[in-house]
Amino acid sequence: MSLQQVQEQGRSGSFISDLQRILRENIREYAMYIALFVIMVVFAILTKGVFISSRNLSNLLNQTGYIAVLAVGMTLVIVIRHIDLSVGFLAGFLGAVAAIALSSWGLPTLIVIPMVLILGILAGLITAFPVAKLGIPSFVASLAGWLIFRGALQVVTAGTGTIIISDDSFNAIGNAFIPDIPNIGILNEVHKLTLLLGVAAIAWFVYSEIQNRKTKISYQFEVLPFEIFVLKLVFISVVVGAITWILANYNGLSWTVVIMLLVVAVYHFVSTKTVLGRHIYAVGGNPEAAELSGINVKRIVFIVFGSMGMLSALSGILYASRLQSATTTAGTLFELDAIAAAYVGGVSAAGGVGKVTGSIIGALVMTSLTSGMNLMSVDIAYQYIVRGAVLAAAVIFDVYTRRSS
Amino acid sequence: MQTPILEMQAITKEFPGVKALKDVSFKVARGEIHCLVGENGAGKSTLMKVLSGVYPFGSYSGDIVFDGEVQRFRSIRDSERAGIAIIYQELALIPDLTVYENIFLGNEIAQRGLINWNETIKQAKQMLDMVRLSVNPEAKVRDLGVGKQQLVEIAKALSRNVKLLILDEPTAALNEDDSENLLDLLRGLREQGVTCIMISHKLKEVISIADSVTVLRDGQTICTLDAHKGEVNEQVLIKHMVGRELDNIYPKRESQGFGDIILQVRDWNAYSPALGRQVLHNINFHVRRGEIVGFAGLMGSGRTELALSIFGNPSGYKLSGELRLNDIPQHFQQPEDAIRAGIAYVSEDRKGNGLVLIQDIKQNITLANLQAISRHQIVDDNAEIRIANEYRQSINIKTPSIEQRVSKLSGGNQQKVCLAKWLFVAPDILILDEPTRGIDVGAKFEIYSLMNRLVSQGMSIIMISSELPEVLGMSDRIYIVSSGRITGELPIEEATQEKIMYLATL
Ligand SMILES: Nc1ncnc2c1ncn2[C@@H]1O[C@H](COP(=O)(O)OP(=O)(O)OP(=O)(O)O)[C@@H](O)[C@H]1O
Ligand SMILES: [Mg+2]
Repeated sequence: MSLQQVQEQGRSGSFISDLQRILRENIREYAMYIALFVIMVVFAILTKGVFISSRNLSNLLNQTGYIAVLAVGMTLVIVIRHIDLSVGFLAGFLGAVAAIALSSWGLPTLIVIPMVLILGILAGLITAFPVAKLGIPSFVASLAGWLIFRGALQVVTAGTGTIIISDDSFNAIGNAFIPDIPNIGILNEVHKLTLLLGVAAIAWFVYSEIQNRKTKISYQFEVLPFEIFVLKLVFISVVVGAITWILANYNGLSWTVVIMLLVVAVYHFVSTKTVLGRHIYAVGGNPEAAELSGINVKRIVFIVFGSMGMLSALSGILYASRLQSATTTAGTLFELDAIAAAYVGGVSAAGGVGKVTGSIIGALVMTSLTSGMNLMSVDIAYQYIVRGAVLAAAVIFDVYTRRSS
Repeated sequence: MQTPILEMQAITKEFPGVKALKDVSFKVARGEIHCLVGENGAGKSTLMKVLSGVYPFGSYSGDIVFDGEVQRFRSIRDSERAGIAIIYQELALIPDLTVYENIFLGNEIAQRGLINWNETIKQAKQMLDMVRLSVNPEAKVRDLGVGKQQLVEIAKALSRNVKLLILDEPTAALNEDDSENLLDLLRGLREQGVTCIMISHKLKEVISIADSVTVLRDGQTICTLDAHKGEVNEQVLIKHMVGRELDNIYPKRESQGFGDIILQVRDWNAYSPALGRQVLHNINFHVRRGEIVGFAGLMGSGRTELALSIFGNPSGYKLSGELRLNDIPQHFQQPEDAIRAGIAYVSEDRKGNGLVLIQDIKQNITLANLQAISRHQIVDDNAEIRIANEYRQSINIKTPSIEQRVSKLSGGNQQKVCLAKWLFVAPDILILDEPTRGIDVGAKFEIYSLMNRLVSQGMSIIMISSELPEVLGMSDRIYIVSSGRITGELPIEEATQEKIMYLATL
């Protein structure tokens, strides 16, 4: 059958049947958005609207930051069929290092941040070494890292206990918001720069989607039916617009959210558009074939773990800055939240599949659960159970939909 | 004639974008060996998957009547229960389990959940006798050759009281002896009343064994031929499969003589730490520019090991010896280095290490040469699409779109994607490991023509092949490999099947 026919067939259905078909065919991809949406609606109802208040959503996004950056790195680690359990305490440990550098050594923020990021990269490379060079399972190698970094965190905080950070510029990362532009007469009571950025993002999104569609059509590839394409654009624009509006009505975008969006943007670009990204996914899809195609598999392992280490450091910075201190238990269970977020976001344990953007949604799902249940003062014990159930459901759903396609 | 054991009527099966089967009817008489032939992508495997419940009832239209009853298989288990066993081209054995564990896997002999191992081993022995395989049932499957593994698969099928045995390209990976052995076994099973359906691209074998042959083309039944009425011969089969006459399978090439020696390998030894033994002994050979050098030998004679040891040694052998490219000594640490120096290796195991199955055609084609379509490390998607479309046309990859996942292509078309990937690298030396395994006659002809075109442009080809006619038809010079040694070198004028077989079994 020719492509032409395929497209005609694709277009021939009514709007509703097209929509059903497309939802069915891409259920795996849309499911996490639907899940996030459902969770938000449920909590909004249960908390009588408090959950979707500007203040709470702003908080929620800030809490997502330090898990989301870990989830982004973890997605790539899982894509190449590995795991990194050490990230939580590495984040905690490096957060403490940052605190010490700021408080005891009096180094400025602009030096501390790159220094800690580089330490993170080094730690990641060290974890990668036994994995890449000696073939040790990453589960074991990173479990060793988990113990070592946990110990290291306790060593550096042993003398003082909690280390208070009093550097304002550092603390701004986790607590402050981007500045606004001067008032121009209208919309005085909202955060105008946030609004502007939101509108710009929507415009850019719509433009690039249309360009993308044009290229695809010029190559006669299958594209969404026109009505559904429009529906998709409208839907996403509305969601982004709504979030922007809600944030603009509070304090606007926080620096944490800006950092998180930047990380996602960069990682999304690298993973989908660059040679490196292609190599990472090829190694995940079939390491033997990748090696025989001239890809240096070990190098990819080092790069992915190195990036994971760097993002752990970033996570540690975000967390320490948010708490304005480094504690002896910082980073506890971060790794599990990050892994859960990656799986909810659609990464596959079989390797080679999983989007960076999905992991952000996964992270939002996980933090929404925590935040919503906290608002409802659900006992922490039950919180664990609910989060575990959601993770299990996500993975079961994933395996199920993959098998049936 | 009795009532047929199997009748498939008006079977239609669609995948998104592809109508794999259109109104196919297929009838198999009780106790016969029925061969199913057709080009790559004709729908043979799909038809068998419909029959065995891989594609459950409801996902296709049409009727299946088996053993006098209309069947609605919802899974492979259902069809197994009805007495149908299917053996896929990719073997489904678990390498680290023993032969007897594999034979009774999923069908354990157990009382109250406890497996009776003694009984299992005893019965496994009987099964192995039936397939005339003399191995210790307690051996690990990993340690058997492909031919023997194939027989274990059949033993496994027989242990389930099979009435209809389906084999999808069972001899594709077997050498001549093992193939002959397998065909004999099938004849034996026919005596015992087992009906067989066999898919094969090896027409000689089809002619020698079939009682009847059904030809599929483009998802449709073309005809069913009765061998006992003398309707089956190579010409007729090819004509029905390809839709036109093909009088010479090996296209002629105008030889303009060869250039200088481009690759020279001397005193090449390889020791495998993983296997704990020497896999290559004192290999010496050379390749000239514009030459097709055939490497003949039995399956497992060490030719793939030789190719890989040259191609950057991904298996980590301990090597000694000398490798010169254009008279410059080389030490490749990894395939990356070999590729950069102008060597390409098309693997014999396309699913295992040739393709990234979960990615699409265009991503697979460009994988080994992404730099060529990138600027500042950023991949140019449009260039990628153009390249992929070019290869899709020039080597005729049958697919609804270059965005199709390669796991969804038929076996032969997967092989073409592998080839395209390496052609895009534009190497000086192309190593082809079993290049036409699982490929239909028409496509074989295309690949041979392509090889001729490449060498006339100055490329050199090393062709590893276990099919003697192919080696004889295509090579300019032939090395014969046996047990990791080169046992002979024959210019094409002096080569005959007998000489090669003699040297290959030394
Ligand atoms: N899961 C699938 N999804 C989409 N298309 C498929 C799928 N499986 C097979 N096809 C398509 O159906 C057609 C028939 O494929 P099939 O595997 O039956 O061919 P075949 O006759 O066995 O070929 P070969 O000799 O190469 O093995 C091909 O065009 C193939 O691309
Ligand atoms: Mg097939």
